[in-house]
Amino acid sequence: MLSAHHLSFRYSPHTPFILEAVDLHLNAGEIVGLTGPSGRGKSTLGRLLAGQMRPSGGRVSINGEKPPAGFSPVQYLHQSPVFATDPRWRISRIIEEAWIPDAAAREDFRVKESWYDRYSHEISGGELQRVALLRALAPETRYLISDEITSMLDPLAQAEIWQALIKRAEQGLGILAISHDHALLQRIASRVITL
Amino acid sequence: MTDAALTRPVTGVPVRRNKRIATIAATCAGASGIAVVVVGSLAFGNFGIEPDFSARLLPPSLAHWFGTDQFGHDMFARTIHGLKLSLWVGVVAATLSTLIAVGLAILATTCGRWADILVSFLVDAAMGLPHLVLLILISFALGGGTHAVIVAVAVTHWPRLTRILRAEILQIRHAEFVIASRQFGKSWWYVGQHHFLPHLVPQMLVGLVLLFPHAILHEAGLTFIGFGIEPTKPAIGILLSDSMRYLTAGKWWLGLFPGLSLVLLVLCFDAIGNGLRLLADPRQAQT
Amino acid sequence: MSFLQLERVSVGFMRYEGIFRQHELGLLEDLSFGVGRGEIVALIGASGGGKSLLAHAIFGILPRNAVVNGTIRIDGSVLDDTHRNRVRGRRMALVPQSLSHLDPMTRCRKQIGWAGQRAGHPLDRRKTEALLARYGLDERAANAFPHELSGGMARRMMIAIATVGDPDLVVADEPTSGLDTEATGGILRHLRSLADAGKAVLLITHSLAEVLPFADRVAVMRGGRLEAIEPSDRFAGAGETLASPYARALWIALPQNAFTPGGAEC
Repeated sequence: MLSAHHLSFRYSPHTPFILEAVDLHLNAGEIVGLTGPSGRGKSTLGRLLAGQMRPSGGRVSINGEKPPAGFSPVQYLHQSPVFATDPRWRISRIIEEAWIPDAAAREDFRVKESWYDRYSHEISGGELQRVALLRALAPETRYLISDEITSMLDPLAQAEIWQALIKRAEQGLGILAISHDHALLQRIASRVITL
Repeated sequence: MTDAALTRPVTGVPVRRNKRIATIAATCAGASGIAVVVVGSLAFGNFGIEPDFSARLLPPSLAHWFGTDQFGHDMFARTIHGLKLSLWVGVVAATLSTLIAVGLAILATTCGRWADILVSFLVDAAMGLPHLVLLILISFALGGGTHAVIVAVAVTHWPRLTRILRAEILQIRHAEFVIASRQFGKSWWYVGQHHFLPHLVPQMLVGLVLLFPHAILHEAGLTFIGFGIEPTKPAIGILLSDSMRYLTAGKWWLGLFPGLSLVLLVLCFDAIGNGLRLLADPRQAQT
Repeated sequence: MSFLQLERVSVGFMRYEGIFRQHELGLLEDLSFGVGRGEIVALIGASGGGKSLLAHAIFGILPRNAVVNGTIRIDGSVLDDTHRNRVRGRRMALVPQSLSHLDPMTRCRKQIGWAGQRAGHPLDRRKTEALLARYGLDERAANAFPHELSGGMARRMMIAIATVGDPDLVVADEPTSGLDTEATGGILRHLRSLADAGKAVLLITHSLAEVLPFADRVAVMRGGRLEAIEPSDRFAGAGETLASPYARALWIALPQNAFTPGGAEC
């Protein structure tokens, strides 16, 4: 179980809290929706859970323990995969920076081997988001923070990605789905938290 | 493909010409200009340095393209020697400057807030002081001569590049792809090697090449006013200041050709710098 | 003929292959459709598919290596460079995609003033306030710098700036991306009221579900081509009345419907 205990964040002691004393629990194999108006710190919460930022107060735990150093079992993805990939790298190197997926894993997200020698700006946004997902879902990954990952995609690409993620959740991946799209969260999440 | 230059049958904007060919041609021309200086200076050897009193103050002719001076030196050979000296000073000074810039940029971005504030202050201070005054002071304090010029030029030309590199490093450090790399358990050492360096090396190279013209012009300026290279060496600054005495006597070739050649050399470096900048970033290079 | 009429419009880019060879990369191909006065036409397509390029082509703000073919007409006359300069900002206006199109160092009030002057409608204080009030912006918003505005306020500010010259055509490029549900509704209602006031509105977006209640017709793009133009009320039930199988697949794939990616093959 991935837990946030009284998690708070602010940029400096002189600025107001972006996030104050938030508690949240995400079980393995569960998809939880996180929604709320802009500016409530949804993305900040996601990044804190993934260990990308240090909380100003409170702590994050996985099964009651401190998240391990090295490959983070909590991976965070946001809506623009272009920024999450080095513009000077080819797709093969981008994916294999995290792990080396086999054909079956590639097939889950319909990542084609023919993209492997292209640069990230040479495939479409939907394709690149699938690349980013494949890269993030390494064997070590237990939880995924999905921050509006399909909000820039067309409904077909969105449905396709979420069907694949729902399958992964059935195999034990815990997913926190951050989104403004209530219909989407209704569809995929077992419960929805409003921040 | 040549069909890129065809105009199109439908109403619309005519296709622009392939600009890259022009840019690369300019880069190659710049590079060959510099090669001519280096090779020419080696080929001339001592020609143009030994005096020849039988051929004093001759106007330009087929035998002496740039004429001769009061000691009978061939001015063409002397100009080439001068340009090579400028190149040498430029290479050493620009490289030193780049090293300083890289060091300070890394210091500013990795050693905490105070280091950053200190470096920013140094950059602002160095940019705020008048360039030439600082150059004269340093060169004078070191007693003049080639080494003094190199040091003076090197320690006055790092601020701009420092600022660019610092901004670039900060930008990459907060880039999503670096954050992602860290989440995959990669060390800062790995990230530095594989994400930072490939972005920074082209910036450094372009910065280095674009430092050359500054370094060369400042070296010549410093030498011209007498705070630079020893008057015994055939530096462009020396040639120009020597020519001052004879210009009023109508010996125009003594000043015109060395000055013009210096400007040409500077343009060569500019062309190379722009060419490199164009090729270094393939995504901006499409226009 | 509609107020804005596109006839076989294509947009591509010249790109280098290797060092010298250039080839044309087509991003939009053969688009033909119109936007009439009083209606909102939503242009739907995947992100990165080049929808915004169409807006940039209409307003002549594409990068230098872009190649545009075909004919664009405004009110019947062909939009060439001279004509464009006459009508841009006056008879047609663009609501750009991101906040970065506002000057970060200038208070919003002044930027509206500039827009008014360029459009030939100089604004006094009273007129500015009236214009801002129409978009729910107050004195404080007028005196703010762009970064001090929330996402929704900034979008409304950009609509206010775009409509200063009372244009007949408004092109809005992804006006709701990054906004929450409430702010999105606000923006789309404003665009609807512009259409109801007799303007032609072209709304470029990637989100089908959001714009359906507000648009009159939906132009569906797929891979740089126009796949279909469907009246919005046909997006209902299982989409039986939709003429285009692709539009139906998009509709069915929405989470509020069947949420199946199965239509991808059609």
